[in-house]
Parts: sequence; C-alpha cells; structure tokens
Amino acid sequence: MISREPEFFPPSRNMFGRLGRSVVFSFRETGRAVVLLVMAILAMRHMFKKRSRTEIVVQMFVFGIKSLGVITVVAIFTGMILALQTGLALRQFNQEVNIGTAVMVSMLREMGPFMTGLILAACVGSAIAAQIGTMVVSEEIAALEIMSIDPVRYLVMPRLVAMLIMTPMLAFYMCIMGVIGGGLVGQTQLGVSWDAYIDNATRFAEVKDLVVGMFKAFLFGGIITVVACHQGFATTQGAVGVGFATRKAVIVSFLLILVVGYFVTRIFYV
Amino acid sequence: MTMKDNTDSMVRFEKVKKVFAGKAVLDGMDFDIRRGETFVIVGPSGTGKSVTLKHMVRLLTPDQGDVYVGKDCMNEATGSRLAVLRERFGYLFQGGALLAWLTVGENIALPLREKTTLTEAEIQKRVHATLEMVEMAGDYDKRPSDISGGMCKRAGLARAIVTEPEIILYDEPTSGLDPVTSRTIDALIARLKEELGVTSVVVTHDLHSALSIGSRIAMLHGGRVAETSTPVEFVKSKNEEVQSFLKSQFITEAGQWERDAR
Repeated sequence: MISREPEFFPPSRNMFGRLGRSVVFSFRETGRAVVLLVMAILAMRHMFKKRSRTEIVVQMFVFGIKSLGVITVVAIFTGMILALQTGLALRQFNQEVNIGTAVMVSMLREMGPFMTGLILAACVGSAIAAQIGTMVVSEEIAALEIMSIDPVRYLVMPRLVAMLIMTPMLAFYMCIMGVIGGGLVGQTQLGVSWDAYIDNATRFAEVKDLVVGMFKAFLFGGIITVVACHQGFATTQGAVGVGFATRKAVIVSFLLILVVGYFVTRIFYV
Repeated sequence: MTMKDNTDSMVRFEKVKKVFAGKAVLDGMDFDIRRGETFVIVGPSGTGKSVTLKHMVRLLTPDQGDVYVGKDCMNEATGSRLAVLRERFGYLFQGGALLAWLTVGENIALPLREKTTLTEAEIQKRVHATLEMVEMAGDYDKRPSDISGGMCKRAGLARAIVTEPEIILYDEPTSGLDPVTSRTIDALIARLKEELGVTSVVVTHDLHSALSIGSRIAMLHGGRVAETSTPVEFVKSKNEEVQSFLKSQFITEAGQWERDAR
C-alpha cells in the first residue's frame, strides 16, 4: 500500500511493451487501492476510541459543513435548471404541474448523489490527496510509521468514516435544496403553485428512490476517500508529484462515480 | 533468524545490498554499531547515507543481506513485531517531519498519546520536560510553520526522544542550518548521549560535526564502508577517499579539528 521500494523498469521501445506496462500498472494500482480499503475497514474497529471519535467529528465538519455553501448553490441551480427544462417541454402538453415529479425523482435517483459526489471529489478528494501527498514528500508518513502509528488508522479511517456518513447526508440536503430550487422556478416561471408542485413531487417519489440514491452517495463517499488517500500515498517526485496525485485523484474519482452510478442504477431499476 | 551473540551490538549490517534503478547504492554494506556510542556515517551526497539509515528502521528492505537490531533481524519483522522493534528507535528527519496541523507540543505528545497509557497530566509533564531539554520551553503552542528550520529540527528531536528510545537516528541534523545553530544541534546530540546514554547514529556530510560528536566515524564509498575509525584516527587516515573528503572541508592536518573544536 505505502511503498518506498524503488521501481525501475527499463524503457520499452515498442507499442505493445508500453501497452502491456500500462495494463500491469493499472491492475497494480487498483490492487493497492483495494488493499488500502480493506485495511481502512479493518481499522474501523478503533473508530469508537475517544481520539478516533474526535478526529472523525473534525473531518465530518471539514468535509461536510465547509462544503455546504457550494452544495447549496449547485443544488438550487440544478433544481432550477431541471424544472425549467422539463417545464418548458411539458408546457407543450399542458403538463407543467408534473415538474415536481421530474425534479424530485431526478434529484433523488441521480442528480443529488451524482452532483454531491462530483463536488466532494473536487473539493474534498483533491484536498485529501494533496494533504497526504505532502505528508509523504515531507516524510511525515514515514515519521508516523517509525512511531508505530498506523497511517491507515490515523489518517485514512477517520476520513473514510466521515465521508461515508457525510456524503449521503449532503446528498439528501442537495435533493431538498434542488426540489426547493425547482419549486421556485415552477412558481415564478411556469405558473405552478407551490402546493401543487410539492403535492406532485411527493406523490410519485418512492422510498426506494431515496434509499438507492443515498446508497449511491455512500459508495461515492467511499470511492472519493480511498482514491484520494491512495493517490496521496503513491505520491513521488516532490511538489510536482503532489500536483499530479491531486489531479489524478479527481479524475479517477469522477470516472468511478460515473461508472459505479450507472451500474447501481442498472442493478436497482432494470 | 538471530544474529551471533554479541550483547554490545545494537545495530548490525551484514552484506546489505540495495539497488535503485539498476545502480547498487548499498553494495555489501557491513558494520556494527555498539551500545552507547555515537556512530557517524559520512560521505558525499548520493553514497547511500540516508538509505542506510532507512534500512535500520525498515523504511526500506535490503535486496540482499540482513539488518539486525539487537538480536532481531529487521528484514523478517512484520506487523506488530516490526512495530515493537521500531519503538526502540527515535528518528530525526532532515526537515523535522512535524505534522503541520498540530502544534509543536501536540507533535511531541503524539507518540505518547497514541502508543502509551499515560494520563494527560503525565504526558504534559513529559512533553514540557522534553521541550526544556531541547531549549524550546516556551514554544508548545507554536505551529511548525511559525518556527525556523533549526527549531523544527529541535522539535523533531524532542518528538524522537520523548518516548525514551534506545537508539536515536539523526538524518542530516545540521544540513541547511547556519554554523551557530549547527553547533547548537551538535551540542544537543552530545548532551543527549551523556544524559540519556542512548546509542546514536548520525548521518551527515558535515565533517566538523562528525568529528566533534562521533565515537566512531564510517566513511561510505561505492556502496560500502570505506573506513571506520575514531575521529582521531579518521583525520590521520591514509585512505584516499577519506583524505579527499577531509580536504574538501578544509581539514588538512590531524590536529586542526581539535583546535577548531576548542
């Protein structure tokens, strides 16, 4: 997982060699990330100890409360855009009143967890990767290891637990704010009363939509943390390496959020 | 695997080899560090001084050969056994390696909070005593970003000694520091040896520092120990590499470093 052992591969001159190497590297990186996840899950047995509890609460505040501002703005405008687009389309059939269902279901099933995942990957994932990457470069991780303090228990586990708790909560908050945003557009632009909007929104949304949406957010929280921590621990080459790890953490998280989001939808709705 | 019975031996390298990018940085490294001595490893940059130090605490593992701490082979230790062996060490990193979000005091208290069952009052007492030892009594609440490089190293040293380890490893303790601060750090290393009786391993390319604090000095060249001797013998050495290294730091005659030290 955390490896300081030097890796040296002679440069490959042909395309197949380079392709083969990148495939091997991809599998190796995936394997290391999975090992990190397993180690973090095993370290969760320490999560109720006082110091871990304090650290988890601190991380929940950093990840959750400090992301509220951007999530609120994104949520309201996402709801407003959804309401406006669907409302304009439905207006042709005099069905504007159904924007409530469209916004609620979209937010609960997809947009809430998806947008929350993207925001947290950009804000929190990048910060985690940069912090751990800097710690690797400045030998702080090595110092922890020599003090026999497990970096996974000390750094990864509290962040993982905090994200697994906060991501569904933020996704739920985003859904509420998105629905409110949609309602504002409905009332001001499309002539749909607030009561009709809310009635329509709650009538067709199911508990399953909420549960699956929050489950997705839970998975996204785990993905963002593990990817960011893994990229941070894999940092080499000083400041340049920290920048590279941060960028890669965000890109890999984005891609995994998209792919995992699709498969969860497919499993629960097809 | 256990080493041959030698109760005085604290750290022992046996034919250790380590290859980086096809180049052998350590190539059959052999030496033995005795209990209570200050063993200084010198050599030009890139000769594997820090790599040697990292092998002692298993931050790196040898490609060949063995590293022993006491009677235990570091190469074979894993999990909790490795953690126990590492607890015998204090390690001062080049930059101090203090956790940036903790204060100086919290950094020093960290190993006590995480690894011992001491009460908070006992921890505070020991942290303040250690801060006093490194002459940073009033700096408990400062952040690492608010103190100088020399203070970072002293705080790092305080963290390394607060758990009362048997062996303290110093990685370039005076690099990047002005001569006055360097001598302060040297004096601190010498005082810790006197007061705590610890075994010290110092990696440096500062010969003035090496000659003034070392019980024995090992010169690295070509991935091996080119010479191991006391400071007096070291400056009289006929070894070409040692002579060249001495001249590079303007130590040209046997008694000069003693006069400089005075």
